Amino acid sequence: MSGHLRGDPRLKAADHAFFRGFDAAFVERLSTGALEGSYEAGDLLFREGEPANRFFLVFHGKIAIELAAPDRPRRTIETIGPGDVLGWSWLSPPYRWRFDARAVKSTRTLALDAKTLRDDLDASPKDGYQFLQRLLPVIAERLEMARIQILDIHGV
Amino acid sequence: MVLRPTFGHVPPFSPGQFNMLYRFGLGEVAISICGDPSRPDEIVHTVRSAGKITSALVRVAPGETVGVRGPYGTGWPLHPMEGKDVVLVAGGLGLPPLRPLLYELLAHRDRFGRLEVIYGARSPKDLVYYDEIQRWRVRSDLRFQVTVDTAGRDWYGDVGLVTARIPDARFEPERTVAYLCGPEIMMKLTAQALEERGVADDAIYLSIERNMKCAVGLCGHCQYGPEFVCRDGPVFSYRDVKPRMALREV
Ligand code: FES
Repeated sequence: MSGHLRGDPRLKAADHAFFRGFDAAFVERLSTGALEGSYEAGDLLFREGEPANRFFLVFHGKIAIELAAPDRPRRTIETIGPGDVLGWSWLSPPYRWRFDARAVKSTRTLALDAKTLRDDLDASPKDGYQFLQRLLPVIAERLEMARIQILDIHGV
Repeated sequence: MVLRPTFGHVPPFSPGQFNMLYRFGLGEVAISICGDPSRPDEIVHTVRSAGKITSALVRVAPGETVGVRGPYGTGWPLHPMEGKDVVLVAGGLGLPPLRPLLYELLAHRDRFGRLEVIYGARSPKDLVYYDEIQRWRVRSDLRFQVTVDTAGRDWYGDVGLVTARIPDARFEPERTVAYLCGPEIMMKLTAQALEERGVADDAIYLSIERNMKCAVGLCGHCQYGPEFVCRDGPVFSYRDVKPRMALREV
């Protein structure tokens, strides 16, 4: 089960909270080659180790970020929903996903093409910097989540 | 654990107060009161086995007796929330001390604006009051969000920190009062997230936990900076304790 990706998307990156305040032409360029994703509960968006070639904007539904350790059942470490973004492994080598992403319920995404993103961020450093400034808090929040999980603050 | 007096009557309590529970021969422990303030005939406590006394308390069977002193402490201030949006954020066993406040809010629902409850636990099996939460979640006059730190595939709810739910929580920051209870680091991060949304630090209240002995401000066992948690707390304004929360140990 891997959902359904289609070209000619009806969803627009410019309508997503992540791109609020960005230059419209820049967002339009980034959207070249974007695919619209539809997933049902249980569908995998991607698996750990696979090439990280998409940046996902979540418009509807809920996605579980899952980690697997050898000989242990898969654990969900975070869920994300509308207005959230998914994945930054496409930003730097080796461009491989470091976790699984699975739809928890009926979900719709816009998946931007990673190569287009990297090329456009390189070609337009000012917009690229704004993009990274927007992405960094997402990464920081996920790190904080991991830190709290390590501290196990709710444990007794 | 539901207690009824063997003689006399149950003294009234305010949401957020605690009792000292005594298990004969073992000692006393401070446990917050988590029942309905409008039911003065019984004392309700939620106890998780975490030490010698609490593990003896969870083994208490119907018909046995438990010593009770109390109620003690300041409780949640109720007057600041009149006409305001109210946000309750609980982490782990921080929900029991907030439950009487939630009962109180629901009993006088027309006096407040929006009511948002965010509850975080370690995993789905660590959620307390599961059945009651299901009833709260279907109410239209309250939004009750549940999130856990980690879960297996059989969990369809949210996974993540309670702080991640603050940006989307429905309240108007400048007319909001917030009540937090849980691990101190969780309260600190939540208070920061609320401040980022524009909630004033003196409109945020939190319940501090310390080991208690006398519970009446005499022994100094529960010292928290210049104050005693048993007498001056356990509920404090975030504005008052913010400098102390920044320190590693107080
Ligand atoms: S417990 Fe003795 S002063 Fe607080």
